[in-house]
Amino acid sequence: MLASLVGFLGDFDLAEEAAQEAFAVAAERWPRDGVPANPGAWLTVTARNRAIDRIRRERTLATKVRQLEVPEAKMDELDDIVIEDERLELVFTCCHPALALEAQVALTLRALGGLTTEEIARAFLVSEETMKRRLSRAKAKIKATGIPFAVPAEHQLPDRLDAALAVVYLIYNEGYSGRIDLAGEAIRLGRVLAVLMPDEPEVLGLLALMLIHHARRKARFSGDELVLLEDQDRSLWDAEEIGAGRTALERALALRGRGPYVLQAAIASLQAEERIDWNEVAALYGRLAQITHSPVVELNRAVAVAQAGSTEHALEIVDGLDLDDYQYLHSTRGELLRRLGRTVEARAAYEHALEFASSEPERRFLARRIAEL
Amino acid sequence: MQYAMLIHEKPGYVEALTEDEQKAVFAEYVALAQDPRARGSAQLQPIETATTVRVQDGQTLTTDGPYADTKEAFGGYYVFEADNLDEAIELATRIPAARLGGAIEVRPLVER
Repeated sequence: MLASLVGFLGDFDLAEEAAQEAFAVAAERWPRDGVPANPGAWLTVTARNRAIDRIRRERTLATKVRQLEVPEAKMDELDDIVIEDERLELVFTCCHPALALEAQVALTLRALGGLTTEEIARAFLVSEETMKRRLSRAKAKIKATGIPFAVPAEHQLPDRLDAALAVVYLIYNEGYSGRIDLAGEAIRLGRVLAVLMPDEPEVLGLLALMLIHHARRKARFSGDELVLLEDQDRSLWDAEEIGAGRTALERALALRGRGPYVLQAAIASLQAEERIDWNEVAALYGRLAQITHSPVVELNRAVAVAQAGSTEHALEIVDGLDLDDYQYLHSTRGELLRRLGRTVEARAAYEHALEFASSEPERRFLARRIAEL
Repeated sequence: MQYAMLIHEKPGYVEALTEDEQKAVFAEYVALAQDPRARGSAQLQPIETATTVRVQDGQTLTTDGPYADTKEAFGGYYVFEADNLDEAIELATRIPAARLGGAIEVRPLVER
């Protein structure tokens, strides 16, 4: 509804106010008169009419409404009205790279996720005032710089789609580190994108990746303690969610998707198997590293190589990486050295990792590892 | 909406090209200036010609060199009429300095 209003009015604030007014009118009338046959359309049309009234009152019609000549819809014609789905346009406006990334995230949660400003502020641990300012700055830039309410042209689409997916994945990862249910929100956004762009393999890949990871969330912690993949209680995994993730992944692969999200989803899917094929996982990380040139991906490849049985080779990969400030490089080195029986070096590596560890559960986990040496 | 494209160049980027490449780049700049959407454009003399002027307490302070002390130098601008920021960004990507080590700052003009 908000998407269609923003598209119609060309103005975020106006659309939000109109939507709120429409809900207020509904709250008053529906209990009295009964719920209309098409509640969504009723709300949208009511909101549009309210917005038009308001604009007329303010006499700024010419600048604010793009489609002045659109006749006002009458309530008794409601059932014939098809409310155009303009959520995709809204996605690309909210995730425009000309906006700061944190503003893209906030706008997306506000406009598409329907979260309140207060909820978003809480999720990102900032004050409501700060979040309000962040949102209004973003809306002001949209208006002042002419960021369009449109799906990008063909030649701009790949880059812009990457940007939109990055926003959703960022929201997901914020949720994964244990705050408000942002992970659930990100998955919902991912589902919306998959409906709106059913033939984009990377959209399906991201959805699959989030679903398969999310399915394991209950097994990732025991109380407050971190549990490694190999030690997780698989009965706590959500089999239905893994299944939904694999369905999305299969569709992405059938569309010949081989992009970074599809590869990561394929890895997550393999890791959810009863017996994990670590050679295959390592090969997929190798392909992912070729695309991303990321040393973190190389580190993950090293872990897979070690799990496949080549600890020495894994250590060679790790020692060749330029990732000195990265906690997981040192904890991985510690684990590999421990397996090779090089206890003194293992202890030093674990202690090094401990210096970088930011969360309490991770700190305790590393302390346990050291004590077990 | 009108957009200013402020061209920040990597110093010496034209000289680093072969003579043929220089001709091609120059032709690209001219073609952009002749685009029907162009509303104005200018190329500045090299950074060595810059003089910076300030007035403090009624006194004129004149110094040699550019105002901004950055690696890239402001080298010129276009003003384009475009429907929206996406169209403006697309035009900006066609300015040669953008792909030759420089950057284009896109700013809408105040409408009067």
